[in-house]
Amino acid sequence: MNPTFELDGQAISFAEGQTILQAATTAGVYIPHLCYHPEFKPHGSCKLCTVKVNGRQTAACTMRAALGMKVESNCEEINAERRALTQMLFVEGNHFCPSCEKSGHCQLQATAYHLGMMSPHYDHFFPNRAVDASHPEFLLDFNRCILCSLCVRASRDVDGKNVFALSGRGIKTHLIVNARSGRLADTDFAATDKAAAVCPVGVILPKRQGFAVPIGERPYDKVAIGAATTVRAEEEAS
Amino acid sequence: MHCLEPSEAALRPLVAGIVAQHGGDASRMLQILRDIQSLAGWISPVAVDVLSAELAVPRTKIEGVAGFYSFLSLQPRGRYRILFSDNITDRMLGSTALMARLCNSLWVEQGKTSEEGLVSIDTTSCTGLCDQGPALLVNNRAMGRLTAERIDQIAELVRSEVAVDAWPDEFFIIDDNVQRADILLAADFQPGAALQAARQRAHAAGEGMMASNTRSWREGLPAGLGGPAAMLDEIKRANLRGRGGAGFTTGLKWEACRNAPLPAGQQRIVVCNADEGEPGTFKDRVLLTRQADLVFEGMTVAAYAVGATRGFVYLRGEYAYLRPQLETVLARRRQDKLLGRDILGIPGADFDIEIHLGAGAYVCGEESALIESLEGKRGTPRNRPPFPVTNGYLDQPTIVNNVETFAAAALIALHGGDWYAAIGTRHSAGSKLLSVAGDCARPGIYEYPFGVSIRQVLDACGATKVQAVQVSGPSGICVAPNEFDRVIAFEDIPTAGAFTIFDSTRDMFEVARNYVHFFQHESCGFCTPCRVGTSLLKNLMDKLARGCGSPYDFAEIEKLNQLLQSMSHCGLGHTACNPVLDTIAKFRPAYEARMMQRDFTPAFDLDQALSQARQMTGRDDAAAHLQSEQGGAV
Repeated sequence: MNPTFELDGQAISFAEGQTILQAATTAGVYIPHLCYHPEFKPHGSCKLCTVKVNGRQTAACTMRAALGMKVESNCEEINAERRALTQMLFVEGNHFCPSCEKSGHCQLQATAYHLGMMSPHYDHFFPNRAVDASHPEFLLDFNRCILCSLCVRASRDVDGKNVFALSGRGIKTHLIVNARSGRLADTDFAATDKAAAVCPVGVILPKRQGFAVPIGERPYDKVAIGAATTVRAEEEAS
Repeated sequence: MHCLEPSEAALRPLVAGIVAQHGGDASRMLQILRDIQSLAGWISPVAVDVLSAELAVPRTKIEGVAGFYSFLSLQPRGRYRILFSDNITDRMLGSTALMARLCNSLWVEQGKTSEEGLVSIDTTSCTGLCDQGPALLVNNRAMGRLTAERIDQIAELVRSEVAVDAWPDEFFIIDDNVQRADILLAADFQPGAALQAARQRAHAAGEGMMASNTRSWREGLPAGLGGPAAMLDEIKRANLRGRGGAGFTTGLKWEACRNAPLPAGQQRIVVCNADEGEPGTFKDRVLLTRQADLVFEGMTVAAYAVGATRGFVYLRGEYAYLRPQLETVLARRRQDKLLGRDILGIPGADFDIEIHLGAGAYVCGEESALIESLEGKRGTPRNRPPFPVTNGYLDQPTIVNNVETFAAAALIALHGGDWYAAIGTRHSAGSKLLSVAGDCARPGIYEYPFGVSIRQVLDACGATKVQAVQVSGPSGICVAPNEFDRVIAFEDIPTAGAFTIFDSTRDMFEVARNYVHFFQHESCGFCTPCRVGTSLLKNLMDKLARGCGSPYDFAEIEKLNQLLQSMSHCGLGHTACNPVLDTIAKFRPAYEARMMQRDFTPAFDLDQALSQARQMTGRDDAAAHLQSEQGGAV
């Protein structure tokens, strides 16, 4: 029998080397997250998956599960802080859900709904970020980037291309592409790349497919993120 | 004359040459980029092309690194790059007006490059010359004691395009200002003495003959270089704690590294953290100037104790001017068989030290970010565990200690742990170097045994009418007069060394605001709470400064603090709100003076307005009420 730890009072079994987030997902328990993706090495930067382990806050995606750990996740104190983090992500970029073609399929939006985010709360930063429409098949709308680095990891670790990277520092951190011109069209990015499919928000978008699926019929319109039945599926589908 | 930017054709072989000097080693990326920056004034697309080809590294990675560090630029800058140190102490000495004077005189806007590419002027985080400010860096060379007259001289030299190397030497004189020396600064240290003592101690204990504690250096060696374990015991007996501020027990760190499994082909690493970036701190600059041998010997003692064969000094970019003299000391030590192969003539006792320069990133003072930077990457703190003692530089067991910790370790090797433990207080053995600056008659370095009170230091440096002392910089604590009998020690006020004094004429709100701007500028941007939270905090402080603050904003600051404390990835985010919370608690009138709006109570109560709807639907549950998270009605 596998060892277990306690997550919000529920015993969760885990395999040696699994993180809290992995073990929870396997057990069908949702812990909000944005920069974590089951196929990639955990990054630990968005901090949405922060949980309390034996009273101390830590990221569930990077913390390995250990026997007898007491983990708190789904409580108002932590959820309020997670909600504040989603609000921070909303005001840091330019997110206009009603006109975004990723609406209903966007993890940031879905997570914000899940956490009961009713307003951006903070003053918007309204950063000035150009859109890169140079590529014939794909569009980059940096306004929505949450710096999760999933595309960076996918391009580097799966596609073996390094099309994307983060540059800058602090609030000026931004996504760059691998071309002297700085344009996606001048990179070796391809529509079939893993990196083309991992963006949890609406930065990396295929052209000429916008609104093919009507709003109201998109994945998160039908089943909220974190609904018990979908959590395990996400892990298995990957 | 001065360095004109090379043409594209000329640049290619020059960049290739720099790469060759670094052995084509991509893990030396930051050092390579620094060299290109000094050569060409910026990291141009051509330079990135060459680097990418020579190192077989994608340009995204190169631009990612170059974009992280303040002293590297992916855009052309002026041939004269002037950066004014923007610590609060510089401001108190009039740096803002001096920078404006230079900008006016050279007809250039702050943060911009003049039309003809002659000069760019901007601010930078504290350059560590707080005791002799206001300070600036011109093309990475440090200058202190700025006056209006000096500024006018600089403007003239720039206008007539005199190369910085040809500027008068007296512009660049940096003083040590040692005001009180104790065991470290007063040590009359003979290079090699500590290593000899360690060796003799091992012999005396008969340990030199024992095989059980052989590791690395001693593995399979004849008796002679005995007792790494004995050395470790001395460090533990000395009760030495890390001088970077956190106070982790040095002996435990070294032991963990020594005991870490070492896969074939790996080696243990000793890193000296000389990335002294905490605003107000400059003691490592003086220690490296005055007692470089003591520091290097301490590193060698550490290498001996943990079985390391490779060492680094990570020197902050602002202190690049210290490098030549440090290299001279290293060369002499190699010649004297105190570094390199067969140290003290003992076969197999190999250890050498290399100096790496930072490039303007405070966060690299955090040990795992420092290691990333040493590896030539963006200085982002790592996820831990694993810790550096097992998985550090290039995944090898690594200890990272402060400059002062290594200096102390050398003295412990020389005089023994008991001698050291008897100095200072029960939980804080030894002495502490304090970087005293701000409002006092005699700023400079004060070395005291632990346990010295704030008041004693204030009396010694000639500070009067003191309103507050910021101990350990922005991430430390702000001490008010009723606390001046508290002492510098891990059990009371721990410190990395900054001791910044503010007299009654100073506005503590502006002090806190300066610190908040510092954290915002230095946040690495990796984690959401710190990246966005420090900007939100900066905006709130600026809002208060504009006179638009209200008690609501206090509550917001407190909430942000809570969030940064609990969610941030590293200490930078954890402490970013400290200066504000401390000053709100202790110097509230400075904030009250800014609050034109005493109350933030909107006249319209939305929840109340919904009462009719609740009545009509027969609902009165929680979801039927608008309870705003801001703590007031929406």
